[in-house]
Formats: sequence, structure tokens, C-alpha cells
Amino acid sequence: MSSLSRDEVAHVAMLARINLTDDELDTLAGQLDQIVGFVAAVGEIGVEDVPPMSHPLPLSNVTRPDVVRPSLDAAEALAGAPKAQAQRFAVPRILDEE
Amino acid sequence: MPRRLRRSALQCRASSTRSENNPAECSARTSLSFFAGPRKESTDKVLGDTETSFEPQKVRILTDIIRQSAADLAGALASKQISAVEATQAHLDRIAAVDDDVHAFLQVDRDGALAAASEVDRRRAAGESLPTLAGVPIAVKDIATTRGLVTTAGSKMLEGWVPPYDATIVTRLREAGMPILGKTNMDEFAMGSSTEHSAYGPSHNPWDLERIPGGSGGGSSAAVAAFEAPLAIGTDTGGSIRQPAAVTGTVGIKPTYGGVSRYGLVALASSLDQAGPCSRSVLDAALLHEVIGGHDPMDSTSIDAPVPPVVEAARRADVKGMRVGLVKEISGEGFQPGVKARFDESVQLLTELGAEVVEVSCPSFEKGLAAYYLILPSEASSNLARFDAMRYGLRVGPKGIERPSAEQVMAASRDAGFGDEVKRRIILGTYALSSGYYDAYYGQAQKVRTLIARDFNAAFEQADVLVTPTAPTTAFKIGEKIDDPMAMYLNDVATIPANLAGIPGMSIPNGLADEDGLPSGMQFLAPATKDERLYQVGAALEAALNERWGAPILSKAPALAVKESI
Repeated sequence: MSSLSRDEVAHVAMLARINLTDDELDTLAGQLDQIVGFVAAVGEIGVEDVPPMSHPLPLSNVTRPDVVRPSLDAAEALAGAPKAQAQRFAVPRILDEE
Repeated sequence: MPRRLRRSALQCRASSTRSENNPAECSARTSLSFFAGPRKESTDKVLGDTETSFEPQKVRILTDIIRQSAADLAGALASKQISAVEATQAHLDRIAAVDDDVHAFLQVDRDGALAAASEVDRRRAAGESLPTLAGVPIAVKDIATTRGLVTTAGSKMLEGWVPPYDATIVTRLREAGMPILGKTNMDEFAMGSSTEHSAYGPSHNPWDLERIPGGSGGGSSAAVAAFEAPLAIGTDTGGSIRQPAAVTGTVGIKPTYGGVSRYGLVALASSLDQAGPCSRSVLDAALLHEVIGGHDPMDSTSIDAPVPPVVEAARRADVKGMRVGLVKEISGEGFQPGVKARFDESVQLLTELGAEVVEVSCPSFEKGLAAYYLILPSEASSNLARFDAMRYGLRVGPKGIERPSAEQVMAASRDAGFGDEVKRRIILGTYALSSGYYDAYYGQAQKVRTLIARDFNAAFEQADVLVTPTAPTTAFKIGEKIDDPMAMYLNDVATIPANLAGIPGMSIPNGLADEDGLPSGMQFLAPATKDERLYQVGAALEAALNERWGAPILSKAPALAVKESI
């Protein structure tokens, strides 16, 4: 279980939307295989009936009064955008051609 | 500031390095200036002289500003012996003189810092009552958003990004009247233990410029150690405040999870991240902790309770009757011999101070590192999905595609904008969360996390605080571990259990390792929300160590070359 092939790394990188070059894949695959081998040690400890812990604080559904407060105006919100148009974020095409 | 003045301060520091037999000499001369305040009779005469402010005295004061503790600076500011502009200018000058070598800062905000200082001076002159640290300048890790000041988190992805809002901790610094000197270097998105993963080049350890200042907050620790700032903000996800403190001979605290707001911090692993103070003394850290701590409605994981009484505890500095737990699994076995030796001495010293040392066992810690390196990448892969090249940050088009889709642009931008370590962790986290592997990796790690929290609960039934060495080694050489991610990860073995359980931790310098003369760190851990215990025991050991070594450990650092820019 604790081994990660180059093809798997390529697949996971695609899932993570990182366009790795072949050189990067060569380097990362070896390193990740080693790291996965190490972290797999979590499987060597008995955890039957142990509940998972996702967070240090026993908090849930924290709410605050729903009041109107000042917020960023459109110009401020768009100031860091790679591209903006008509008070909106301008993005590359999101649908296939045709 | 005239150049010869700075040099005289450095000569003083250099002389303390040479005269190991009497290292107190330098610090005594330094504190003579006036900053020791009314507690010490011997300074009264000098205080009187300063008020008349004839030239030689004034000169001495300005030279020594950067050597002062934040507490003493605050006292001098409050009694108008020094202005906030003078205090800020002295640190800006120091940055100009040494930061080409140290590279602690990614951005220096000269105008903003001086404007904030000037405002403090105006308000003080008008007779307003000001917060304790008003006018004391500070450096902020580049992970906290600062309105109008570039914030990159050490990544090319955010190169040149100007945040439209302040992080809550930054708002609190501004409200406290603390001029922000600039933004400090860090490993990209806080992933690393050396700052070598910064997209803008590593910071250098003031003790030896060939060595790392720790990470991810190496810029903050280096700035404080190089006297470029009396205080700094760090963040700690697996040790990024404490390990840099250990290897630079400074103090760093990771508060209880939820004790300091995370609003406006670029998120790494949201269930582990916590901001905290970096300083040169335990009391200074406590003063800063009180400024930044406390409930924030903008952070839903912020604890709705008052800040623990940390300043009071730091001033109490008493360990008589306190039960100190020695963690069997992290007691320095297999660590660098000098680190282990200093640790054993510190434990002995605590006994001599009246603490009761007991041994506790935390058997699950053995799997802590493995659990951490599943939980952190999993959360990071989710958090860093926000860098999608659409709303902010870098956007590059893929090569050879005429009308690329949003997804193609996203993938190309993330390849171009993220460094190797970030890619490694995102891919690892994506893998650990992916269908078919989730239970074996992320799910299993979460259960190990429960066991680690249980180990702590059991240990704290036997002890009030726990102690371990902070890091396995002193500062290593830049480049030494950069190609071996696993070797780098092992740095965090003693610090990560606290993040997994959400409890507070502190590192203070506890001496120099015999084999290399570099500082080592002592870690204290306390139960959640009992941060004050760290300050109480930390301040007590700090005082005893200063006595044993004849001066603060940091005074033994070699002098840095000063760039004669004026």
C-alpha cells in the first residue's frame, strides 16, 4: 500500500490542478514515495474504537448576530484580480469550445 | 545615526563574546544607559543625566535602543525619555545596516512605521493614556495580511499582492500603537523548517550566516535575534515559532489553539495554525501575547474567554512546588549531544529552583510525525485550492494552447506559482484524501491524533507543565537538507504534538551546544488555555539560566558586519 508510482503522482497532480513537467514528476515521484512510506506508519498503531479528531476545540455551529457591517467595495475586492471587467472578475473560458 | 555609534554598540557585543569569563560586563554596560527603569537604583543617576540630554548621554541612548527589551523600551517611551520616532528609526537603521546579510525582511515599511510612531508621539504629547507597548516597533511574518502593504506568504503565487484588509492581529498591533517595521521572510505558505523554501531566498541565522534561522518563521526569529526588531509575530502549525526560536537563541510561544485570532492569516492547516509572539525575553513575549490574544468574532474557532494572565505569570517567575513532567519519548535520546546536555542541565536547574520533576509517558507520540504529515498536507491541499488564478494572485497561460480553459490556466498557474515543497504537500494531501486511501491515511491519522491528545491529558494529570528539547539539533547549514524532505520533516518531532492536541508551547534559549557553540532550545508545554504556566516556568528558568551563563544567551552571538550606508 505504501508505494506511490509515477503514474499515480501524475494522476493526483491532475486532481490538484498542478501541471507538472516531466522533470518535476521524476523528482517528486521518488520523494513522495519515500514520504508515503513514512506516513503509512499511522497504520501500525491500534485504533479500534478510537474516535477521529478533526479539531482541537469542541466547537460547533458558532454564530454571531447577523448585522450589516462595512465591507470591501467592488474596486477594493477587484484590486488584486489578475483581470477584471465591468466590476467583475474576468476569467478564461469555463466551457468547451462549440 | 552616525556610523561610529552603531559600531560602539557592536564592539560592546563583540567584547562579551570574547570574554567568556565575564560576559556580564557587556550587558551591564548596555543596561547602564537608562532602560532598566526605576527598579534598579544604579540607573537613577543616568536617568537624571538623560533628561538634561547633553550630547554624550543622548548618543549612548540612541546607540543602545536596539539592544533594549520591549518592556524597557515601553518604559522609556512612557516616561518620554525617548520618542516612538527615535525608537522606530533606530530599528529601521539597524535593518538598513544588517539585513542585506540576514535577509529577515521581505518588505520594510519605513514610511508606514514612522507615520505610526509619529502618531504615538503626538498622542503622548497630548497627554493621552496609551497602551503599554505604544511606540514599540514590531516585525510581522509575511503570512498576516496588512492593508496596503504587500503580503506574499513567501510565495511567487502572491508576488506583489496588496491585501485590501488587515488581519485581526495586525489591527490589534495598530490599535496598540505598535509601528510595523515590515514583513518577515518565511518558507512558502509556512511549509518548511529553514526558510529555504521561501520563493525570495532564505534568511540567514545571525549566529552564523551560513546557517538556517529555522522555519517557517525564520525571518521573524532572525529579525529579533539580529536586533532588527524587539518583537515579531510568528505563526506555528508544527513548530514554526518554536523551532526558529530555538536555533536563533530567542523566545517563541505558540498559544493555545484559538487563543489568538487566525482571521487574515494565509491558512496552511486550519486545525493546527496558531499565531504567537517572538521576542528576546519571556516577559516581552507575554506583553505581546496580551496585545494579540483574545476572542475575535471574525474567527469562528477563536476561544471566547479572556487572555490567560501571562504578564502576571512572567513577572511571578516561580516554580516552587510546580510539577514538571519529563516526557520519556522526547527526552533528547538520539538528539545532538550538546542539545541533550543543555536540556538535562535545564531540568536539573528546575529541580534546584524547587520544581518537582516527574517522568511521564506519551507512547503515541511515536506516530505523531506520521499523523502530522498526513493531516497537515490534507488540510493544506484544501486551503491552497483557493489559489486558482481567478480572483487574486498569479495567472499564467499554458504554453502552446491558443484559447486555454479556466482549468488549463489554473493548472499552469499553480505549476508556475508554487514551489517544490508546496507541490509535494498538496499532492500528498490530495492523495491522502482521495477515494480508496482516505481511511488508511487521513482517517487513521485523525485517530492517532485522538491518542496523542489522550496521552497529553494523562500526562497533565501527573504534571503541571511538560518539558522537552525544542528541536533535535542546533541550526544546520543552508543547503544541508534541502534535497531531503524527510530529513527536514524530522526537525518537527518535538514540536508537532502540541499542534495536534491544540495545547500551548514555548521555547526559550537554554544555552550553547558544546560541539558547535550554537544555541539550543528548551520547550515547555501546558494544558489548553493554561498558557500562563509556560510564562511562569519559562521566566523562572530564563532568570536562572541568565545567572548561570552570566548574561542572556543571545549576548554571546557574534557581531554582525554593519553596512555603512549613512
